[in-house]
Amino acid sequence: MRQDFDDLLTKGRAGDKRAVARLISAIEQGGEESRSLLTQLWPHTGQARIFGITGPPGAGKSTLTNALTKCWRASGLRVGIIAVDPTSPFTGGAILGDRVRMGDLTLDKGVFIRSMGTRGQLGGLSPASAGAVHVLDACGYDLILLETVGVGQSEVAVMETADLVLVLNVPGLGDDVQAIKAGILEIGDLFAVNKADRPGADRTANELRAMLELGEEEKRSLPVLLVSASQGTGIAELCAALDTQYQCLDESGELAKRRSLRLRSELLTLVREGIEQHLLQPLLDSPAFQQSLQQFQSRKESPYLWAAEFVTQIKIGGSGCELHKS
Amino acid sequence: MSEKKIRVLIAKPGLDGHDRGAKVVARALRDAGFEVIYTGLRQTPEQIVEAAVSEDVDAVGLSLLSGAHNYLFPRVIELLREQDANGILVFGGGVIPEEDIPDLKKAGVAEVFTPGTPTAETVDFLRAHCGGGE
Repeated sequence: MRQDFDDLLTKGRAGDKRAVARLISAIEQGGEESRSLLTQLWPHTGQARIFGITGPPGAGKSTLTNALTKCWRASGLRVGIIAVDPTSPFTGGAILGDRVRMGDLTLDKGVFIRSMGTRGQLGGLSPASAGAVHVLDACGYDLILLETVGVGQSEVAVMETADLVLVLNVPGLGDDVQAIKAGILEIGDLFAVNKADRPGADRTANELRAMLELGEEEKRSLPVLLVSASQGTGIAELCAALDTQYQCLDESGELAKRRSLRLRSELLTLVREGIEQHLLQPLLDSPAFQQSLQQFQSRKESPYLWAAEFVTQIKIGGSGCELHKS
Repeated sequence: MSEKKIRVLIAKPGLDGHDRGAKVVARALRDAGFEVIYTGLRQTPEQIVEAAVSEDVDAVGLSLLSGAHNYLFPRVIELLREQDANGILVFGGGVIPEEDIPDLKKAGVAEVFTPGTPTAETVDFLRAHCGGGE
């Protein structure tokens, strides 16, 4: 299998979309193979710029992704797009419809688009989207756009995966109190109001500007751009503003700081997964644990004390299970 | 390792703009737990194949009501072969005359579902042919 990945990686780096697609599928499948693939990819990553685009459902994220990508393609950059849509919590199925707005890009050899379902993950991304970004990065895409699901107020996972986050808004969604609430508006490095041809767009932009003026000093001077993704107005300006903002983050050292935090959080996730698999799962499966649960239920034992003792057992080098062998 | 999810591309090749059927099938597949990539109207065979390859789907469903199926369906299959992606199953739906179906199957279309087919039939067919992945 390792040999297969080598071959796919070589082809993917040469621009073969089928190879890139299969690498992403391997990541989505998860497990040992995905980890070994990521290990192989690792030395080749860290080159791409990763931009996140987030905003409410129907704000025009896909249409804007399409428009911005054409702008970057004109300057010769290879662009990878990960577009996430929601997975049903009931059936596990999903309609991934972001491509409907990206038909113009399909035949462009320098653009790779992959749709992903959230597959149970909250926060606006998919469990495999960070891995898919690594695949695109390793395959030489210069710029990776990560389009989140249509978000509400608190889906902020994109800031942990992207270098820079564009928050897209539209007119008519709420008053200026919405603009001072915590959550998604805090994670923007740049703000744009789409559907600028609709009534109320100026007002929405002004409310966002007022929100920024009250906030952290480095964000006070941020422009709030008015765009119409479907008509193409304001796109060149937004493209330039994103570049400028990226430069600023890079020069101020913020980019390096974010990337190091991202590594830390990726590493912690891996360690947590390992702990769950190797320490917690055997415990949960043990009959002793079932007995303890009954003791808690009848209030004969304290779960708080039990948990503390479990951790102590691990600290002194055991697996924690010794606790209930006696 | 998680169970492999079945991914299906639903596409409308050619010029007809009637996508009710495609959306009904997409929704039924979603409710059956599949990931359905919907690409919208008026797609060329080249666009459909490029999307199918990038999305690494198990199957492509083509919906057509204009009468151009005898050209467009085989063309999609031909392009998939050129991309070395003939492992992707192709099925069709829409207003397709009975007498055209044998030739479409000969060209490599796995199944054709004409109007009135219960969506469960399409779901079962895909489960049987794409289940368990590769």
